[in-house]
Amino acid sequence: MLVVDGIHSYYGKSHVLEGVSLEVKAGELVTLLGRNGAGKTTTLRSIAGMVRPRAGSITFEGRETVGRESFQIARSGVAFVQESRGIFGLLTVEENLRVAERKGGRWSIEDVYQMFPRLRERRRNGGRALSGGEQQMLAIARALVNDPKILLLDEPTEGLAPVIVDEIVRILRGIRESGMPVLLVEQNIAVCEKLADRHYILEQGRIVYAGSRDDFAADPAVRDRYLALSA
Amino acid sequence: MANVYVFQVLNGLGLGMIYFLISVGLTIIFGLLNFVNFAHGAFFLLGSYLCYTTVAWTGNFWLSLIAGPLVVGALAWVAERVLIVRVYHLPHTFHILITLGIALIIQESAIMIWGPVGKSVPVPELLQGVVRFGNFAYPQYRLFLIVFSAVIGLLLWLLLERTKFGALVRAGSENPEQVALLGTNIFRLFSLTFALGVALAGVAGVLSAPLRGAHPFIGTEVLGLAFVVVVIGGMGSFSGALVGGLLVGLVQSLMTSIWPQGASLMIYGAMAAVILLRPYGLFGRA
Repeated sequence: MLVVDGIHSYYGKSHVLEGVSLEVKAGELVTLLGRNGAGKTTTLRSIAGMVRPRAGSITFEGRETVGRESFQIARSGVAFVQESRGIFGLLTVEENLRVAERKGGRWSIEDVYQMFPRLRERRRNGGRALSGGEQQMLAIARALVNDPKILLLDEPTEGLAPVIVDEIVRILRGIRESGMPVLLVEQNIAVCEKLADRHYILEQGRIVYAGSRDDFAADPAVRDRYLALSA
Repeated sequence: MANVYVFQVLNGLGLGMIYFLISVGLTIIFGLLNFVNFAHGAFFLLGSYLCYTTVAWTGNFWLSLIAGPLVVGALAWVAERVLIVRVYHLPHTFHILITLGIALIIQESAIMIWGPVGKSVPVPELLQGVVRFGNFAYPQYRLFLIVFSAVIGLLLWLLLERTKFGALVRAGSENPEQVALLGTNIFRLFSLTFALGVALAGVAGVLSAPLRGAHPFIGTEVLGLAFVVVVIGGMGSFSGALVGGLLVGLVQSLMTSIWPQGASLMIYGAMAAVILLRPYGLFGRA
């Protein structure tokens, strides 16, 4: 479904991704792990067309996306929820959804209100008035009404209280069970283990590990080697 | 004596609404595109000349009120597609350079086409009379100007606050990258908004033609005033353009009865005071 093949991305002169390859198949939830600065966000930004890889290819449903504008990639069904969440503070909750809504999509605004009753309560509130957890819910809801075929999520639980994290995990599980493929970047390993079918680990711009949920769980050395906080 | 002030207040409202129409376009363009349009006054000038020509050829002011803004908006759309789109990612100095260039081209073309001497435009026949309130009489056209601009302002407000296009413009003024991530063609949104903002300057140019005529250097003067309005009201703010426009219009108009030489002083003094007390303008946000 989504195939990233040997991409090299740069910010100015700094070489952030040095040949990243990964794949997300239909219906899979795949996590991309790694320490800060490993290039996880840059990988997502490259897929979404916000950074243009200088080499390598990214195909989504068989079509090359490198070189296309980010709005075209979004229209083809790639929804990217950024770590900053990108909620429009000048717009109400409902307007945030309306600007993203696509008629005839799989999720309507009514559907996402059912998934996130809190958002319905706050529909007339400005985006700026939302808590971090509500912003994250709105960001996910907004991506869903945009009628995506794949969801890219960048650290959806970052900075949220444990009870809200559980709520987000529950929602992500629901999204996964609906058959929506997800590529998840997440620092919280517990969250990843609960959700993922497969894991990739990124280090210094390269994929250094790829394995199934069971392989990863059975091999604590991998975790220690690549993900433990360096002293 | 009191009548003189009523008269000047009404004049000030009319003038203020024209300033509002000019400034609101400037401010919407700045808000969404983060782009300073120094050609805004020149497009106003073009609106005035198009009004002159349309009335000269057809005798129909109303036709010019439709055709003027359409032509001005279409030219703005072309200018955006061909030139301006190339400098968005560059610093503001480049925006100023390219739009100042466009302004000069428009102004000099106007001199070539219509000559260096100003043209006057007759008040449309339908509105040549006066409206009487008791023993007070006020020109119909000036009243029409106030009402018509208010209607345009209301329609614009509805467009910005109640439609998806408006929500996209507001969202884009905050985070255009995110708007693109939701699948909106941000380049088209920019072009449309630029054309809309400039067309409003065209409307203002047409409306002011029967009062002030069309002359080649009116663009520069109007641009300066529009910046004053936007600085007072706050860059990117609809309400700011309305309040700032009315304030400048009323001050200018009342000062002509009180102390004509001081009109500009008062306006720029007000702007200086706003900059000192509220650097982002009355309705601006940091």
